[in-house]
Amino acid sequence: MKKNFSELIQSNKILLADGAMGTELFRKGLKYGDCPEEFNLIHPEIIKEITESYLEAGADIIQTNTFGASPLKLADYNLDDKYIGINSSGVRIAKEVIGNSAFISASVGPCGKILEPYGDISASQMKENYRKQIEILIQEGADIICIETMTDFNEALIVLEVSKTISDKIPVIASMVFEKSENGYFTIMGNSIVDSLSSLIKNGADMIGSNCGYGILSMISIAEEFRKFTKHPLIIKSNAGLPHYENNILKYSETPDYMAEKIKSLIDINVNIIGGCCGTTPEYIKSFRKVIDSFLKNSKS
Amino acid sequence: MKIFENISESIKTADEISALSFVNKAISDGIPAAVILNDGLICGMNIVGELFAKRIIFLPDVLMSAKIMKKCIEILKPYLAEENFTYKAKIVIGTVKGDLHDIGKNLIGIMLNGAGFKVIDLGNNVSSEKFVETAISEGASIIGLSALLTTTMSGMKEVINILSEKNINDIKVIIGGAPVTKNYALEIGADGYGYDAANAVQLVKNLLNLN
Repeated sequence: MKKNFSELIQSNKILLADGAMGTELFRKGLKYGDCPEEFNLIHPEIIKEITESYLEAGADIIQTNTFGASPLKLADYNLDDKYIGINSSGVRIAKEVIGNSAFISASVGPCGKILEPYGDISASQMKENYRKQIEILIQEGADIICIETMTDFNEALIVLEVSKTISDKIPVIASMVFEKSENGYFTIMGNSIVDSLSSLIKNGADMIGSNCGYGILSMISIAEEFRKFTKHPLIIKSNAGLPHYENNILKYSETPDYMAEKIKSLIDINVNIIGGCCGTTPEYIKSFRKVIDSFLKNSKS
Repeated sequence: MKIFENISESIKTADEISALSFVNKAISDGIPAAVILNDGLICGMNIVGELFAKRIIFLPDVLMSAKIMKKCIEILKPYLAEENFTYKAKIVIGTVKGDLHDIGKNLIGIMLNGAGFKVIDLGNNVSSEKFVETAISEGASIIGLSALLTTTMSGMKEVINILSEKNINDIKVIIGGAPVTKNYALEIGADGYGYDAANAVQLVKNLLNLN
């Protein structure tokens, strides 16, 4: 039975998130150049299948297929006029499959535009863009808003503010992508880990963290960096390494067993939600489940 | 010459007023526009690229410098035309099919353009056929492919396959983007891999024997 998400996180329980949506969609027939989120409307059965597979794998938190479903992002596919249907069916499909067996986390990814003065979109335009999307996600009953793959914390802050304005009760996760440089970890926009986490926490993010990236080892050191500065609830969702070709098939370098072994380090540094990003499948999540369960069992006894 | 240092420095620090006034001064001093471009603007943009590669500065800084560089080139354009300035080579760039990320690709475009190449930017979500068709019709020497998603990288291989099906050997393919690695470039038979924008410029020069 589903409990209160915020309480669970505060109690330092470790929750398992699901794995990738995008790479799963490609495995199940999404063609290059097609809009992944349009599948909510034209192939709900595939979204349902993926959601079911993550539920069966044992995920406590399952994401909706709404990562690129803000109107600005959908406009790249000339689908911005369908944003209402895409977002509402995204949550509905997840609800139909999950019911109360897991938390429904509404994924919100970058809108693809850079804020002024560097780019050409104003903060108020960006706010309006996300307001449209998130209003639907919350109305349809998402349990969590998960802002992810962000490279500019100002954009993440806008999504955070919009979400909390629509509902002050909705838990919001804010997850960013960092790359390693000689001077430490930064996003491509120049946000350091400490600057990102302090501004996000200050503005009310219930959970912070990092997703995507270059593989589990770099995600462990990113998590360590976060933990140097804060005890705030932390989420880490790693790619299964970087992809390469094997006999004409795109393969990710890290196996479920390898990653599962490494996520013990994430548990050791008190990461609260562990999940997968690009390249991870239900098989990975099953392996993570075993590691987390054995930790939870041992910590009880 | 001091004026080139001034231009380059004001591109580096993204000081628009100084950049424009130094460029105007250089023109009124009778310095050829191509020289102002090469020794001032491109030089400044190269420094920006190097600093970005080391992540001493970040994308916002590069975008600001690039905006100012563009404005300076606008001033130079009529003079460049008068001088019959020719580009070193034509390069077709774009983000592969299914991928809508264009920040990295735009950056490469800015750097290549700054380095004296004619850049034909096809934008994002570009089909593999379009890359090849455009490169042929424009007489480009190189196709530059960008991908930011691990899921769209396959498009790069497709472009290379089409070129080899058509037996085209004189158009080189270079690739780059966050998930792309040197090994991946080797695997799919690309002619080169650029790990960042500055490196991509060097790569293009190497491939075209322009060093």
